Amino acid sequence: MLSFFKRKTYPKYFKKYLNSFKNKKPKSINKTRFVVFDTETTGLDTNTDRILSIGAIAINNGIIDVADSFEIYLKQDQFNADTVEIHGILKEGNIEKISEEKAIEHFINYLKNAVLIAHHAAFDVKMINSILKRMNLQKLKNKSIDTGILYKKLEGKQNDHFSLDKLCEEFNIPLHDRHTASGDAYITAILFLKIISKLKQQRLLHYSDLFRTNNSKGLL
Amino acid sequence: MKNTIAERVKDFLKKYPPFNVLPREPLFDTAKNVEIHYFEKDQIIFDQNDEPHKHFYIVYEGAVRLYRFGEDVKHTVDICDEGDLFGLRPLIMKENYLMGAAANEETILYGIPIEDFNHIILNYPKVSQFLIASFATNTRDPFTDKHKGKLFANISAIKKVENTFSETQSVKYTKNPVTCNSDLQVKEAAIIMTEKVIDSIIITENNLPIGIITDKDIRTKIGTGVNKITDSVSEIMSTPVETFKENLSIAEAQIERLKHKVSHLIITEDGTNKTKVVGIITDHDLNTSHGNNPMFLMKEIKNAKDAETLKYVRTKATNLTKAYLEQEIPIYFVTKVITEINNAITKKAIRLSIKEIGSKPPVKFSWLAVGSQGRQEQLLKTDQDNALVFDNVPKEKYPEVKAYFLELATKVTEKLNIVGYEYCPANIMASNTKWCLSCKEWKEQFKDWIKNPIAEKILLSIIFFDFEFIYGDKELHETLSKRVFKYIESKQIFLGFLSKATLENPAPLGFFKQFLVEEDGENKDHFDIKSRALRPLVDAARIFSLYHGIHENNTIARYERLMEVEPQNKEIFESCANAFKILLQFRTLQGIANNDSGKYVDINNLSKSDRLKLKSCFKPIKNIQDSLKLRFNVSKLT
Repeated sequence: MLSFFKRKTYPKYFKKYLNSFKNKKPKSINKTRFVVFDTETTGLDTNTDRILSIGAIAINNGIIDVADSFEIYLKQDQFNADTVEIHGILKEGNIEKISEEKAIEHFINYLKNAVLIAHHAAFDVKMINSILKRMNLQKLKNKSIDTGILYKKLEGKQNDHFSLDKLCEEFNIPLHDRHTASGDAYITAILFLKIISKLKQQRLLHYSDLFRTNNSKGLL
Repeated sequence: MKNTIAERVKDFLKKYPPFNVLPREPLFDTAKNVEIHYFEKDQIIFDQNDEPHKHFYIVYEGAVRLYRFGEDVKHTVDICDEGDLFGLRPLIMKENYLMGAAANEETILYGIPIEDFNHIILNYPKVSQFLIASFATNTRDPFTDKHKGKLFANISAIKKVENTFSETQSVKYTKNPVTCNSDLQVKEAAIIMTEKVIDSIIITENNLPIGIITDKDIRTKIGTGVNKITDSVSEIMSTPVETFKENLSIAEAQIERLKHKVSHLIITEDGTNKTKVVGIITDHDLNTSHGNNPMFLMKEIKNAKDAETLKYVRTKATNLTKAYLEQEIPIYFVTKVITEINNAITKKAIRLSIKEIGSKPPVKFSWLAVGSQGRQEQLLKTDQDNALVFDNVPKEKYPEVKAYFLELATKVTEKLNIVGYEYCPANIMASNTKWCLSCKEWKEQFKDWIKNPIAEKILLSIIFFDFEFIYGDKELHETLSKRVFKYIESKQIFLGFLSKATLENPAPLGFFKQFLVEEDGENKDHFDIKSRALRPLVDAARIFSLYHGIHENNTIARYERLMEVEPQNKEIFESCANAFKILLQFRTLQGIANNDSGKYVDINNLSKSDRLKLKSCFKPIKNIQDSLKLRFNVSKLT
């Protein structure tokens, strides 16, 4: 990793973040803090597009905790009129917006060493990592779970691939505030709990199972 | 900072009471701290007797089943669905869950932290009012016992309460309460309490409240011998005391009592125990002003202007019955309360009818309840059985007077019918020209029944021997009552015929100690608890009471008096009284469960313990019937 040489002194909050991973206690699903998150972006290119908002909510001990949630809007120079209809975030809206750097600081402080959950997590994680890269910081160290992949662990679903909308329909989750970062994070949190519950009915579920792909090898 | 999720939670809560009465700010603050729980079908949320959680719940999606174990059998008590609250009362009372809760289907719950909510209860009287009304009507827990959707069904009750009686008004407390020093002997304190007719005394030091003793302390600490009567009051007082400011609303006072589990609230100058005592709020102060309790219902009856309002009160009384029985309050007490309410409703119906007619009754009269109302054993809505006696009048005036009372009785029975007491199918009602008679005519009627006891007349007349004064001139009733006893005294064989009639209804155990169930018809395989078990006990009590000239109608009261009159048979009468209590409770619960009169019991649906309980009541029936046989020489009658 080049970043290791590039910069030896990280900001205080980031050091604290990195330190929080040093504690290697045995993990269990119940004792883990999960942070379900979603980002709204100007587009789908993780190199050139930008994050407009981040929404997240935590799951502690199988309970979604509204008090432990996160919602932030970013000031970006880049703007893509095409995606406005999806997320509804205008360049100069009424919502209070902050700089990318500040937003990341808040998010990292909120995230800590939680396990990240997102639908099609790879994209959202990459978007965050792009910002970190621009700031000369390390990539996220958090483990992450893709609810799309988790769904495939259910019996008979190995070859299915579904969008968040499709899964919500299958799991009977009302679509409130779809396409706001917080709304999607909330919906994804409910989806996660429902999939976990189904998985538990089908087999003995261990913490490590959450991260395995269908072939039972490698980490996500 | 924007908080979309909390906004959505708020939008949901806003739709349902008690959150619908909250302003935006506190509601949003509550929403921000909600926990969202997901449960698979049949997953347990909390179990009966579990320690209370830090949250109570509102169903966001799905349904929750509340259940309770009684005698090892699981009863589903209620199903809560979207917007229903549950599990709050144990949190306020700081006691374990009285019932368990499980997901009836896939369910999402919002958990609302009690810590935040306590604050809301204290600051928003409308919320506490709502809770009180639901607690009071359900008595135990709006979210526990058998009241589907009850919590929210109570909104109308609250509205009613708000109109007629404001729970937000300050409690009228007792000013300048009696106080004493801590070194006073308990005996001295008790003497003071007795003289002043109060049920508590505040112990002060330099005018500051340091403790309180109540009737209960004297009962539990002195009565039991734990403390001596010569001990100082400080030995038995509750200390420290909860103190409050003046202007405590009724709602707040209720909540405080629930929270601190105290019966008396002490009012001080500034609300702390560091200032002078200025007053005390007792049970009595609160009861006379609060929601769904007998006192309040009586007040509502008193203020009622029409039969519809009476009907509304009567419905509340039914809820009260349920609640009482669930709390296992003694059946004797329950019947007393409900009888009082029934009688008050009848009285009011009579007053309203007289007003409607527009002229006062031409002569003295007395409205009589007969049958189960006369015996004060009505718990469920049952038929009307009533009669009317009016003062003797000269022949020429008779038709006019009778016409007046028939009109009055017709109006009254109509009103009672609206209230929910159905017309008597056998037409035993004061509106029937046969049962709206002058005192002289009634005497003749009783004389005829007693002197010529033929079987069919006996069955009809039995019901009239339990006549009770309800309204009008008490003397007419007493005159008639005395005369009836006199006739019976002179014609004891009548009691033999009464016994014979009741013995035709034998104790309900068959040859093989099986239940005697109905053999055909709609109620095949059902046990007729009213005719087979309750009536023999009622009949026997009546016969023995008429024999001894006991002026009591209530079956339990009759057996209790009989225990005094015939101490040699105390055991048998006592066992009858107990059997009667159990059976009456059984019937009432059956009736409430099946929403009918509870007359028939489906034997196949009884749990083993219930069968045993029922069977244990049959032995006394057999015993008392044997005594009737011997006492009144029934075998010699043809």
